[in-house]
Amino acid sequence: MSDQGIGQRVKRREDVRFITGKGRYTDDINLPGQAYAVFVRSPHPRARIKTIDASAARKAPGVVGVFTGKDLAADGIGALPCGWLVKSKDGSDMKVPPRPPLAIETVNFVGEPYAVVIAETLGQARAAAALVETDFEELEPVVSLAEATAGPQIHEGIEANRCYDWELGDQAAVDAAFAKAAHVTKLEFANNRLIPNAIEPRAAVATYSAPTEEFTLYTTSQNPHLERLILAAFVNLAPEHKLRVISPDVGGGFGSKIFVYPEETAAAWAARRTNRPVKWTADRSEAFLSDAHGRDHLTTAELALDAAGTFLAMRVRTRANLGAYLSTFASSVPTYLYGTLLAGQYRTPAIHVEVEAVFTNTAPVDAYRGAGRPEATYVVERLVETAARETGVDPAELRRRNFIQPDQFPYETPVALVYDTGDYQASLEKALKQIDYAGFPARRKVSEAAGKRRGLGFSCYIEACGLAPSQLAIQLGAGVGLYESGEVRVNPTGSVTVFTGSHSHGQGHETTFAQIVSDKLGVPFESVEVVHGDTGRLEFGLGTYGSRSVAVGGSALIKASDKIIAKGKRIAAHMLESAPDDVDFDEGVFAVRKTNKSLTFGEVAFAAYVPANFPEDLEPGLSEKSFYDPKNFTFPAGCHIAEVEVDPETGVVVLVRFVAVDDFGEVINPMIVEGQVHGGIAQGVGQALLEHGIYDESGQLVTGSFMDYCMPRADDLPSFEVDTTVTPCTHNPLGVKGCGEAGAIGAPAAVMNAVTDALRVKDLAMPASPERVWRALQAA
Amino acid sequence: MNGFDYHRPETLEAAVAARAGAPDSAYLAGGMTLIPTLKQGLAEPSDVIDLAAVAGLAGIGLEVDRLTIGAMTRHADVAASAEVQRAIPALAYLASEIGDAQVRNRGTLGGSLANSDPAADYPAAVIALGARIVTDRRTMAADDYFKGLFETALEPGELIRAVEFPVPRRAAYRKFRHPASRYAVAGVFVAEIGEGIRVGVTGAGPCAFRWTALETALAGKPAPAAAETAPLDFRRFNADLHASAEYRAQLVRVMARRALANLAA
Ligand SMILES: Cc1cc2nc3c(=O)[nH]c(=O)nc-3n(C[C@H](O)[C@H](O)[C@H](O)COP(=O)(O)OP(=O)(O)OC[C@H]3O[C@@H](n4cnc5c(N)ncnc54)[C@H](O)[C@@H]3O)c2cc1C
Repeated sequence: MSDQGIGQRVKRREDVRFITGKGRYTDDINLPGQAYAVFVRSPHPRARIKTIDASAARKAPGVVGVFTGKDLAADGIGALPCGWLVKSKDGSDMKVPPRPPLAIETVNFVGEPYAVVIAETLGQARAAAALVETDFEELEPVVSLAEATAGPQIHEGIEANRCYDWELGDQAAVDAAFAKAAHVTKLEFANNRLIPNAIEPRAAVATYSAPTEEFTLYTTSQNPHLERLILAAFVNLAPEHKLRVISPDVGGGFGSKIFVYPEETAAAWAARRTNRPVKWTADRSEAFLSDAHGRDHLTTAELALDAAGTFLAMRVRTRANLGAYLSTFASSVPTYLYGTLLAGQYRTPAIHVEVEAVFTNTAPVDAYRGAGRPEATYVVERLVETAARETGVDPAELRRRNFIQPDQFPYETPVALVYDTGDYQASLEKALKQIDYAGFPARRKVSEAAGKRRGLGFSCYIEACGLAPSQLAIQLGAGVGLYESGEVRVNPTGSVTVFTGSHSHGQGHETTFAQIVSDKLGVPFESVEVVHGDTGRLEFGLGTYGSRSVAVGGSALIKASDKIIAKGKRIAAHMLESAPDDVDFDEGVFAVRKTNKSLTFGEVAFAAYVPANFPEDLEPGLSEKSFYDPKNFTFPAGCHIAEVEVDPETGVVVLVRFVAVDDFGEVINPMIVEGQVHGGIAQGVGQALLEHGIYDESGQLVTGSFMDYCMPRADDLPSFEVDTTVTPCTHNPLGVKGCGEAGAIGAPAAVMNAVTDALRVKDLAMPASPERVWRALQAA
Repeated sequence: MNGFDYHRPETLEAAVAARAGAPDSAYLAGGMTLIPTLKQGLAEPSDVIDLAAVAGLAGIGLEVDRLTIGAMTRHADVAASAEVQRAIPALAYLASEIGDAQVRNRGTLGGSLANSDPAADYPAAVIALGARIVTDRRTMAADDYFKGLFETALEPGELIRAVEFPVPRRAAYRKFRHPASRYAVAGVFVAEIGEGIRVGVTGAGPCAFRWTALETALAGKPAPAAAETAPLDFRRFNADLHASAEYRAQLVRVMARRALANLAA
């Protein structure tokens, strides 16, 4: 094995350009003749647009054009679609309100764009945007999630603001189990709204070539091919073959850059309309207002146990906030990415979940790191921990009694998934050892002697990753397949250019994928280049989200590499005058079995492009592609343990330790995996202790800047103690499961279990802010 | 941000004259508050007068019982100053706790006092130490300087040159940081000076104030427990997303007790 192959801690090659300021992000791209777009956004959460008077703005210095939703509609630009159809219990389709890129008749959340100004400079565009005079008729907004169904109707034809009322599982079986339960644990809580805040805000630079009728759109997308597909097939911007979408370096996405948004759509259209390249870069305030937010659930959850502490059934009722419109994948998040995960790591035989998804006059809510699975983990792990406390069983022991056992795989859950493999107790035991569980009572005494409270909490999470088997996804309502493409192009000199349809916006694909191909083909790591993020250079791709890149995209590269090796064997056999079946390939050498005849990978590559009397059935060239469609999801799982210390006088919670033992299957680059886990935990701790997107009663976002929206920082966090256990995924060629979301999925429940343990309260709302904690202690 | 004329005077007289010459103008110190205000369109001055090149506005001088800090002295320089650490270590500590490194490397003492943010740290020290604010036209006592929410006794165009801090026998500062902005949700500076102990409170009210009830209760002795019982009227305290008035009152008591304990130690 080379020191840069699979399993090695290879330093991220892309970091050199990132940390020396040489990354090329969308905002770094400037095209000759470029004009600037500034959006005019609604100051109201809900209003009817009576008139828009843009005459003063049009006359302002430098203005190239001012356009409204009507201008886009008149040009045939359609509404932004939602890509996943969810059906209600009664079999009816979810209700989809039209979402024109620029609002036409009504605005439905503060920050919704309804006009765009294009001007020579950004300053001129800003100044002119302030001159657009709009006469609004303000309407009573729906802000509270709890009261959303009783509020005024936001969209025509959508009664009670209900998008769908979905269910999964066997209600009768659950009711029967609850009827004979020895103990029932019940919790009611919210999963707080989060605002993603990638370090790079969304941006777009669009250009249109009138003679060829071709668009090029540079934008901050996690999935440029999907962006192109939607803009072509649904929005009607241009035919797919006339639209090139490029995602250059992207500075973080966390899900928020999966979606197709109004701004890049309108900017691209305006490039054609004004015949000028058009640039738009969100400022941080726009990002707060208009990026898709995450989470925002209200849930009632119950767990039934028998006298021995065996889980009998679980019942979950959730109301999910979708915001004002359905964002690109919004409908799937509180359903198929949430309800299906409620079995967790346990043998709970009966589960029933109902999810009512509603519209409110707030920013759209969609997938955010973990997407549904943090919410599911929070439900399961808060219930289990609370049940342990209520029944007086050690929380680790209660989990052990209920874990799915290693010999029970493949395991079919009552909520539609089949777990392929896992060993949950292995992760738990390793984490217990690492945290020194036996020593906790002594540590608690030390804290108490100093006037502090100390608590410890578990989170044994599971997630479904590697999104996703196309057949299953399409059957469940997805509008696209979820395979991935890969191409391995061997150049005549033996270097390799790898094309992947997954997209890196911080994950380190340029390194990980080069390790995979270099290892597989036996070529030096330095000779493998990874290309991604450009519909003009790659055939197709579905992008990166749901921790799918290596499991699905990496597997496609293995399949393509297998084809390269097969073709290489045929070329080598021809050159060495033997049969292809007699040629072995190992560590970059093609050798005829039981002879000393061999050729290096480089020699075969060269011959492929300088084909000396190749037989008729052997084509020159050495380039192969593959579309890999997984057979199942992958199921990363693990055990996170948080230990906190609370200052009862101020309510400050200090996270003193965090242990994460994760099973991601095989690991390609442990250093990159640790980085992903660290970042995920930081975001999960952010949700538990610091972050909260809040709209006031009038519908204004009151946490619209970093002065009020509290992101986690290094000094809010301890040094994480991370480790892994390995049960290789059984159905992909690399045995990998995915690691990108685990931290954000596991951490919130672990931290809140620790906080409630320290306070000795049943529940506390996230984020556990100092005042909340202090008040909980005053009340106790 | 709108356009404006930019001036970079090199003398105090030229700065004051430039400011007087344009009624809608503003002094620029480190820009930590002014620039965001301009960006958000909350202020639209015709002229911006940068104080960075004005001679004699930055620097720290220590005489026996008096520490003088120039208005343009940055927080980071106060925190690192050997003189400040020797004379009033609590003040150096206070400066080191302001915001984050970027803010400390740009923000200034004069800018902080001119702005008088209710959550700023320096005002607690200025009040507790009975500092004097020296401007281009007069010298003001701390007790007369802070007038209300973002309101001070400064007249239009008046320029802060320096602040003179009497050197106390002992002093201590404790602050409860805002989790997001790092400003003070509540900050208490206690100083053993002259006849007794003075207590300056920031973050809690519309502007920094002396907690005279606690000063009286202490009667010159650093008794931390007094902070738990001294009368404290929080009806007019600030209340926001992160802290209600009642919780702020609790924080003021806890910070005061801890500062007093530190003083006694
Ligand atoms: C993210 C962030 C966090 C912060 N955290 C803290 C904190 O924890 N604690 C804290 O105390 N502060 C904090 N601050 C405030 C900061 O420390 C500065 O003191 C404050 O922003 C003033 O900045 P400045 O000195 O750059 O003045 P400027 O922004 O340049 O000016 C501010 C105002 O004062 C006027 N002015 C400036 N100098 C003078 C002068 N010499 N005479 C008369 N008028 C003058 C200007 O005209 C302007 O109106 C924070 C600021 C930020 C942005």
